[in-house]
Amino acid sequence: MEGTGHAVCLGPDIDTDLIIAGRYLRTRDRSVWSEHVLEDLDPALAPRLRGAVIIAGRNMGCGSSREQAPVALREAGVLAVIAPSFARIFFRNAINVGLPVIECDGVPCSPGEPVAFSLDGGWVEAGGVRYPARPLSVRMQEILDAGGLVNYWRAKK
Amino acid sequence: MTTLSERILDACAGEYVDRQVDRAFAHDGTGVLALEAFREMGRRVPAFPERISIFFDHLAPANNSQTATLQDELRDFAIKCGLHFSDVGEGICHQLMSEGRALPGEIVVGADSHSCTAGAFGAFATGVGATDMAAIWAGGGTWFRVPETTAIHLEGSLTGAAEAKDLALTYVGRLGMDGATYRALEFTGEGAAAIAMEGRLTLTNMAIEAGAKTGLFYADDITRRYLAEYGHDVAMQVPRDPDYAQELAINLDDVVPVLSVPHRVDTVAEVSDYEGTPLDQVFVGTCTNGRYSDIERFAALVRGKKVKTRTIVVPASRDVLLRAAGTGVLTNLVEAGCIVGPPGCGPCLGMHMGVLGEGEVALSTANRNFRNRMGVGAEYYLGSVATAAASALAGEIRAPEVP
Repeated sequence: MEGTGHAVCLGPDIDTDLIIAGRYLRTRDRSVWSEHVLEDLDPALAPRLRGAVIIAGRNMGCGSSREQAPVALREAGVLAVIAPSFARIFFRNAINVGLPVIECDGVPCSPGEPVAFSLDGGWVEAGGVRYPARPLSVRMQEILDAGGLVNYWRAKK
Repeated sequence: MTTLSERILDACAGEYVDRQVDRAFAHDGTGVLALEAFREMGRRVPAFPERISIFFDHLAPANNSQTATLQDELRDFAIKCGLHFSDVGEGICHQLMSEGRALPGEIVVGADSHSCTAGAFGAFATGVGATDMAAIWAGGGTWFRVPETTAIHLEGSLTGAAEAKDLALTYVGRLGMDGATYRALEFTGEGAAAIAMEGRLTLTNMAIEAGAKTGLFYADDITRRYLAEYGHDVAMQVPRDPDYAQELAINLDDVVPVLSVPHRVDTVAEVSDYEGTPLDQVFVGTCTNGRYSDIERFAALVRGKKVKTRTIVVPASRDVLLRAAGTGVLTNLVEAGCIVGPPGCGPCLGMHMGVLGEGEVALSTANRNFRNRMGVGAEYYLGSVATAAASALAGEIRAPEVP
């Protein structure tokens, strides 16, 4: 799996309440989540996420186990999320809903500039420099390749 | 030698393993999505219904028709499939798990980040998301990466007005919000052995706030006695000279009443530094501090007086509420001017009654103070039950008096 998108830069410790606030969770309508994703951080951000690669700081996705957080990012059009470290539930959830998450140190972020990634190649490229990504476990890679845990289980059936 | 997590998962730190889980649970927040994913997986009935619980606690009772409709679908599924089902008003999932539903040595997985709470019993207890929970319903197990362990060695004993919550905030402040990411915490030492079960639950509850996968106490005599009340005869667990990735020592005699200051859990300061900050609301409850001893302690401090700010008390379970009714604690609270809510999560996650308004300032006994979580544009401090009581009576942040 690989792709190229424009960089959207986020800081460290972005919690899942910030990604999608509790007040938008009383529904199963995914368009509500993608419309309000990261709203409390920057109300103008959601429309800019289509085709974006998020470069976040450490501890991305900390806090609540709400799976609506990675779903909201995916539905808003985010291609991948790159961070030096992730909160573990968010990391699992993202893979489970088919949103690529890549652990990678030191990737500089210039808003709007192109960022490329290759999960198979194990790298992220920004500003003409390639950074090595930490590999996913075999199982997580299988789940992501299947397009998420629901598809993984359907195939397993 | 092996850590408690390694013993329970029967593998070494860093290994990936597949394990059946002994108990799995979801709540009305995550259960709705888990059910959707479960059905999308082409499944109809969970593989091991007897191991699965559904607790309605997040929006309990329902705040509007949309919520009620979603809850009804999940309720119907739980009852038809023969799952253990706990309806609105019964209480918070983690509290109910701690009322005899999680045992030492078990693997307990909940679709909620604070599922680490049950680690207080010496279980490997951790949180997952909705689709992971759906897969557990489908097959009875999941994969784990066996965590490395950070030991928190506790010496001495809590003194003055300090309580387990102050210790919890202190260790989260010391480790930082991601200081234990991907790891387990083990609470050890003479100081840990002296902490009552309810305090242990407060400590393991907040493991996730340092990023940890779980927080564990070794089952000892306190664990045995506590679980005996629920009809369980459990074996003790003894540390076997575990290899820790990191060790943190805290002398309990040095712990003082502290606050987590908005908007980070790991920004921890002494209560005395913030005395005089006017409060619009005080909230006592949640999976961190809504247990009977918490409510009782709070009531004892406000009894015969009047709170000077809006004060909401939410017992963590029906059992807690019932005990409070039976002992007169409930009367003390109501007479002191407190609002008592139905057992559940209350305003903690900002989805339901008791949320804060723009610019309001609150003090809460909960575990998270993320920006906007309990109300858009609000600020709130996290503190102990004793700090909440002193502050409610003062109408502003006030350090608790030494009893």
